[in-house]
Amino acid sequence: MQALFGQLLLGLINGSFYALLSLGLSIIFGLLNVVNFAHGALYMSGAMVAWLLAQYLGIGYWPALLLAPAVVGLVGVVIERTMLRRLYQLDNLYGLLFTFGLTLVIEGLFHEQYGNSGNPYPVPEVLQGGVRLPFMYLPEYRAWVVVVAMIVCFGSWLVIERTKLGSYLRAGTENPRLVQAFGINVPLMFTITYGFGVALAAFAGVMAAPIYQVSPGMGSNLIMVVFAVVVIGGMGSILGSILTGVGLGVIEGLTRYFYPPASSVVIFVIMALVLLVRPAGLFGRQK
Amino acid sequence: MSEALRAGASVGWPVARVRGAFAVMFVAGLVLPFFVYPVFVMNVLCMALFASAFNLLLGYCGLLSFGHAAFLGAAGYLCAHAVKDWGLPPEVGLLLGVLLSAGLGLVIGGLAIRRSGIYFAMITLGLAQVVYFLAVQLPFTGGDDGLQGVPRGKLLGLLSLEGRYAMYYFVYAVFLAGFFAIYRAIHSPFGHVLRSIRENEPRALSLGYDVDRYKLMAFVLSAALAGLAGATKALVFQSETLTDVHWHMSGEVVLMTLLGGMGTVMGPSVGALIVLVLQNYLSGFGSWVTVITGLVFVVGVLAFRRGFVGEAIALAKKFPF
Repeated sequence: MQALFGQLLLGLINGSFYALLSLGLSIIFGLLNVVNFAHGALYMSGAMVAWLLAQYLGIGYWPALLLAPAVVGLVGVVIERTMLRRLYQLDNLYGLLFTFGLTLVIEGLFHEQYGNSGNPYPVPEVLQGGVRLPFMYLPEYRAWVVVVAMIVCFGSWLVIERTKLGSYLRAGTENPRLVQAFGINVPLMFTITYGFGVALAAFAGVMAAPIYQVSPGMGSNLIMVVFAVVVIGGMGSILGSILTGVGLGVIEGLTRYFYPPASSVVIFVIMALVLLVRPAGLFGRQK
Repeated sequence: MSEALRAGASVGWPVARVRGAFAVMFVAGLVLPFFVYPVFVMNVLCMALFASAFNLLLGYCGLLSFGHAAFLGAAGYLCAHAVKDWGLPPEVGLLLGVLLSAGLGLVIGGLAIRRSGIYFAMITLGLAQVVYFLAVQLPFTGGDDGLQGVPRGKLLGLLSLEGRYAMYYFVYAVFLAGFFAIYRAIHSPFGHVLRSIRENEPRALSLGYDVDRYKLMAFVLSAALAGLAGATKALVFQSETLTDVHWHMSGEVVLMTLLGGMGTVMGPSVGALIVLVLQNYLSGFGSWVTVITGLVFVVGVLAFRRGFVGEAIALAKKFPF
């Protein structure tokens, strides 16, 4: 019983990260039409920057939670301004290839500097305790991660669906030239969107730092799963990517409890099954 | 499809010059092992075949498969296992590898062609990841250690492949056969249908072509040839490890194709040569290899989309001599 709930919680936490990352991917793809392969590497960068801040400057978790996404987001802005924007007119395969190359550069650099081994990152003091529930022990930090991830996800959803900025974004997704004609600075919107999506990935990275080991390879396997989540959910739907992300995390956790060897492939198997029935994904629209 | 893909589409070279170029290459391949370390050349040949098989799909059909390592690796594992543990002769090992990859291609391709463009890439990537996890977990693959000490055996029970030159010419023959198969496929009516799908899928559909079937056929052919490359590679190195199924390998083959020139016959081979020479020279620099590979990728995508061969063809068209 303990183990089952333990795996459920772990699944929920993994699901929160899947949701945060596929949300960022969706937003970037929706507007820029770029599949950001570098998303996993930027998530890793978030965690690494937080670790570096603690290691060399003694900056703790709470400032890092804002600082690391800001730093990585700024890098994203520079990348978009100098390089990525040259690719918008081309087939979107080039965006994928470009960000793939970027991934190799980022991972390689961290790898070269800090090796392959994981580094521990302490849980912030305030959240070090845990709550003993009748059916399991719930560490406070893990509860915090799930709650914050949900707040951020639904907050982004609200901004995109319910505010004026969000409506510009959605309109820009449909027809950037028309939106431009109404006097809205679309290139700036692109930059902000990419920066925000990247910062979101880095934010997830900082949140993940105390749970997983901080290492240069931490993003590369995660991004595969997130891509599968995106295919299953159907890219473009914000709500879809959140629900699919969390749901698949939980399914993965359950698989780890009932039949551990299948846990690493279950999401990909689900992807294959979903494709057989609904090629557009669960929440996607067939174009 | 984009301008870069179209650039290399129809090579307007006179037949005589193309034949001349091929003849030079053919002879170069024959004498190369006497000047360069044969195992390195064999590796280049295997990767060149792999990249050419991949290019059949991307360059001529417009389908970016991001999971081609699955076919390379799966065939390599089966071939290595068959030769080492079942004691089968090398040619049977190759054949088994090719069959497995073709079968995998049928399954993965069948699922992936239900979506196009970027989704196609992500689906192939995801399904290739299943193959990766199988390679990690299945009992006979040796997990992180992989399969080591694979004998090269005797070809047709007669010719021992243990010697480096015997093995080299065997690999060269395999490469030429595979390369010729791809060349024929590209220049056949089948290849023209593929190109029409790449250029304008709705139009191909309205002309009455069963587009999905053609795509699937191209996918299976590409997977089978990638498997041939993988199985041969396993014999060359007498081992098979997880590197061949890892998604980095899927990316590397894209890089080779992009760098050499996608949609050109020779491009992928040239790209494979460049990438492997780079990696060979940089192997002492640790992770900088990854960084530089990534930088080459980024620069290639930003500024060099036609690749070496594509640019050369464009130049030759501009200044006919």
